[in-house]
Amino acid sequence: MRSFSYEKATDPAAAAARAAEVEGAKFVAGGTNLLDLMKLEIETPVHLIDVNGLGLDRIGETEEGGLRIGTLVSNTALMADARVRRDYPVLTRAIAAGASGQLRNKATTGGNLLQRTRCPYFYDTAQPCNKRVPGSGCSALAEGGFSRQLGIIGTSDSCIATHPSDMAVAMRVLDATVETVTPAGMTRRIPLGEFHLLPGDTPERETALMPGELITAVTLPAPVGGVQRYHKARDRASYAFALVSVALIRQPDGSGRVALGGVAPRPWRSAEADAELPDGAHAVMARLLDGARPTEENAFKITLAERTLAAMLAEE
Amino acid sequence: MEFNQPAGENTLFDGGRVVGKPHRRVEGPLKVAGVAPYAYERHDVVAGQLYGYPLGAGIAHGRIRSIDAGAARAAPGVRAVVTALDIEPLDIWDYNVARLFGGDVVEHYHQAIAVVVAESFEQARAAAALIEVDYAPGDPADYDLDAAFRRLEGTGEPGTLVGDVEAAFRDAAAVVDQMYHTPSQSHMMMEPHASVVDWSDGGEMTVWTSNQMIAWNRQALATTFGIDPERIRVESPYVGGGFGGKLWLRADAVLAAIGSREVGAPVKLALPRPFMMNNTTHRSATVQRIRLAAGPDGKLKGIWHEAASHSLPGGRGENPTAQTPFFYGTETMRVQNHVVDMKLPESSDMRAPGEASGLMALEIAMDEMAEALGMDPVRFRIVNDTQVNPSNPEQPFSERHFVECLERGAEAFGWETRNTTPGGTRDGQWLVGHGVAGAFRGALLMPSGARAVLEGGRLVVETDMTDIGTGSYTILGQTAAEVMGLPMEAVEMRLANSAFPVSSGSGGQFGAASSTAGVYAACMALRERIAGHLGVEDPEFRDGRVIAGNTNMALAELEGQIEAVDSMEWGDFQSRYQMSTFGAHFVEVGVHAATGEVRVRRMLAVVDSGRILNPVTARSQLIGAMTMGVGAALSEEMALDTAKGMFANHDLAGYEVAVHADIPEQEVIFLDTLDGVASPLKAKGVGELGLCGVAAALANAVYNATGVRVRDYPVTLDKIIGGLPAI
Amino acid sequence: MSPPIEFELRRRTLLASVAAVAAGSGMAGRGQAQDRAATPPGASTGTVRFTVNGEARELTLDNRTTLLDALREHLRLTGTKKGCDHGQCGACTCTVNGERINSCLSLAVAHEGDEIETIEGIGTPDAPDPMQAAFLAHDGFQCGYCTPGQIQSGRAMLEEIRAGVPSHVTGDLTATIAVTDAEIRERMSGNICRCGAYANILAAITEVAEEQA
Repeated sequence: MRSFSYEKATDPAAAAARAAEVEGAKFVAGGTNLLDLMKLEIETPVHLIDVNGLGLDRIGETEEGGLRIGTLVSNTALMADARVRRDYPVLTRAIAAGASGQLRNKATTGGNLLQRTRCPYFYDTAQPCNKRVPGSGCSALAEGGFSRQLGIIGTSDSCIATHPSDMAVAMRVLDATVETVTPAGMTRRIPLGEFHLLPGDTPERETALMPGELITAVTLPAPVGGVQRYHKARDRASYAFALVSVALIRQPDGSGRVALGGVAPRPWRSAEADAELPDGAHAVMARLLDGARPTEENAFKITLAERTLAAMLAEE
Repeated sequence: MEFNQPAGENTLFDGGRVVGKPHRRVEGPLKVAGVAPYAYERHDVVAGQLYGYPLGAGIAHGRIRSIDAGAARAAPGVRAVVTALDIEPLDIWDYNVARLFGGDVVEHYHQAIAVVVAESFEQARAAAALIEVDYAPGDPADYDLDAAFRRLEGTGEPGTLVGDVEAAFRDAAAVVDQMYHTPSQSHMMMEPHASVVDWSDGGEMTVWTSNQMIAWNRQALATTFGIDPERIRVESPYVGGGFGGKLWLRADAVLAAIGSREVGAPVKLALPRPFMMNNTTHRSATVQRIRLAAGPDGKLKGIWHEAASHSLPGGRGENPTAQTPFFYGTETMRVQNHVVDMKLPESSDMRAPGEASGLMALEIAMDEMAEALGMDPVRFRIVNDTQVNPSNPEQPFSERHFVECLERGAEAFGWETRNTTPGGTRDGQWLVGHGVAGAFRGALLMPSGARAVLEGGRLVVETDMTDIGTGSYTILGQTAAEVMGLPMEAVEMRLANSAFPVSSGSGGQFGAASSTAGVYAACMALRERIAGHLGVEDPEFRDGRVIAGNTNMALAELEGQIEAVDSMEWGDFQSRYQMSTFGAHFVEVGVHAATGEVRVRRMLAVVDSGRILNPVTARSQLIGAMTMGVGAALSEEMALDTAKGMFANHDLAGYEVAVHADIPEQEVIFLDTLDGVASPLKAKGVGELGLCGVAAALANAVYNATGVRVRDYPVTLDKIIGGLPAI
Repeated sequence: MSPPIEFELRRRTLLASVAAVAAGSGMAGRGQAQDRAATPPGASTGTVRFTVNGEARELTLDNRTTLLDALREHLRLTGTKKGCDHGQCGACTCTVNGERINSCLSLAVAHEGDEIETIEGIGTPDAPDPMQAAFLAHDGFQCGYCTPGQIQSGRAMLEEIRAGVPSHVTGDLTATIAVTDAEIRERMSGNICRCGAYANILAAITEVAEEQA
């Protein structure tokens, strides 16, 4: 871990301005992913701006009847919130399926969205990785590479990493919006579906945030009701990243929404695939995973996604 | 003392007051309070400790052209950087294969190539990242174990050859012939390898470390550095798990020693978790072809087991045929093991080396044969029991109660009521299945010594035996208390110090039987001393008193300090017997009918392993091994990058060991059979036996649940999902 | 005993190529999104005041020091263990203001004013707290290395159930959560025990939960 200086921010806009001004600065909140990566020098900030004192740790209600979740709300507090449990159960289910009790107590809402991939080559600084060192190559796609956990769609020849979050998958299916403050003090609203970038030729660029921009909240629209489920398929029963996860909201008329985790560089959802829901899992996945380019090792994820959704639909 | 005839009617242990009885771990209060000191925590032992941090090679094999440590040496707080190019290659002790440090040759990924010593951990870690290395990578190497097996199959001399196995297969009523694969596995003990080394003046070296084998560790240090072992003291009183991964001297102690010597101050160093998998040892992957031939009566006519594993040149690999010559009766047998040289991290022993991998395959094959014969798999194994070594019928087993294990287990588990039709039982979204497997592990022994000192009615026993979570402190204390007729509270065990008599150490499931015998020998010698002191013959020791004729006095009244040192040596008579341990595992699994996720629902082990010295710690060994078996069956796999020659998932997030949620109700039944051939306490080990066969029982249960036969571990959902029913 | 031989690391003569090393090492370069030249704009150390097991502490630390290393190396409270240092094992679990966290993934300087409790603060070998006593009674450990984390996690986890925090295995998200085997197993899954004492740990925690009920 490189040496860094440290300050506690007291105002969101000032924090953003400060982050833009200091070269190599980063925000830290829960730190559960950032410190992990700093120890390996995958992240090498020279200045940390601790945002925990910004007071952005409350869940409020929006005028539209939705929720505004402060960026510092812990994963535990969010999943345990009575309104979330009642009106957005898919979010509670998704968060509960991720990480461990200890990590959820520390991890924050904004930080969860900013988690970086768990690709083993991203984590090994002696190996080529286009996300970590642009232009160095993709070890997972190289001959002999290990790719069982990695992405099957939305990936590129540069990178097949997945976004590891469970929470984000549920937020995507709930049409969440990310609220930020820019270094200029402006508020931006970024639909979650546009928040994470696809890798293309620049897998090092992962989000729509500009330098210094700070997530202040995530808003959820008014509750959409329906039956809400989250199934995370994984090798061990807990404390493991998804092979495939499926977030489902299904209305009594058979319509609904589906988002996938564990398959792509961002929570994976499309309106066209949602529209197929009345026709069943195969129809949904034919659309949602159209154009998938799995490796030999992770081609099973296509079957797994479809069967997982089919089982969730059959459950009702 | 030499153990030169079977233990007969032995009132001391057969009528034991302490041995064989449940007793809480004597060191437990220290552990639950967080005050048992592990190696990296020895702030108390020497002042002025500096921090070491390792750097590992970024290539699998080749040479180091140059190392630029200038920036690291100039970094804040750095006291020294020693690179592999700075010193001549260190020597290699007998059981190490790859060099631990020194020279420009890289033999495996993350082999240690530099150590930084700094005033703080943070400074040392940061400086290590500043070291620039220029490599000349070796030519692409071959990591295809399947191809190697195909090349080697049928070549060389079989390790065991009985009868005409080809003829047996020609005449068989049923034949199984399948390939099986087990992946490389990592010990992943919770405490990383760690040491504090004080070699400040280059004279005496003191090593506070985490190691299973004190005497080996000391000798390995002596050989590695070319110094007299008498100059080295090793202590390892608390070991945060080993499982074979801490049998050997590793880079933590070597780098700390080099660092200490370089800066003239004590240095502490722990291997970073992401570094452990490729830097230290692991259990090799295996490829196994197993052919079974049986007659219409279900009796095996032939067992043909051929296997390959990988190793660096000169290593032993993993011999998965270890159990095959001994486990089942058969008319003919051909067993052959190949070790393939591969430029991978060093493969070596991990809990139940050989049998753990071998039974993962053999016990699936047995299940397949039972099915081919239309026999119950429990019955099929019973039919093929043998009371003599099948590869040497002159040699009986000392004790063998495998049939009883199967029968007791079947009854306790409710085996008879299972649905024998694969895929036939459904519970909601789960397909439910049941599986059985046999367990076998050799009962090895090692010489083991101890010193017993009695003073004021209190007994202190010293031995370099280690407690790696196995319960050594407790069972050795029980043994000493039994022999001396003292309460447990009057006995203090001091372990794992090279100043103490050399013991068996902890490994190969030999620790409990060997080291208790060593303590028995020392205490019997002490009894003789006391008898001599009092001038009495064959006194009795009970209730804290020594009693003979007219003499009846409290041990507390004996004047001064009375000391005896002895060790147990194992007589030749044991070689007339095959000494082994046996068991049977029964498992119920649920397989998600849509996703193929496997979740274990209940487990039972029945164990035939000699006298159970302490049912509390022995049961913990069993459930712990069963838990490791769940990981081996369902999730553990070191993911080999076949181009880079390294294991890619090298941390505890990527390599998935079982967690709480994976482990269901577990039951253990000890037969508590006594084996007088095995040791004076009639005891054998259990810690490795518990792992043997578990994974196969799970794989067989998955087959019973789904009809999908997976012969390639781990049994993950991607290997099952294609065979599941439509939703 | 043979006489001591003065040991010297057998040094190699410096290789001529060392001087030419800067030529670069290709993929072996470690890391590096950021420019190496960038330096911290402020102090790289900081002073933090918190309480540990009720005792006020003030430490001046390298900013990089984790709460775990502050406890283990600076305060010499080594009961909190380092198993992986990356949030993958749970051995470093302690509580901060009553909540369990992985102390390896938290900067010490960020804990100004916090109340930290470690295993040393809840009981001693002679006077264990109920959870420690239950671990002893049920042999809820073997090597002992994950044990302080298991105990700390077990205590805090029962509080989380009482506070109504749901888990992955909770059925009805709006009902009171029952303390079941499945709930305990799921909630303890962030604490790995390679010795495999899980079944005994479950028994120990269950006993404490029943005593508290």
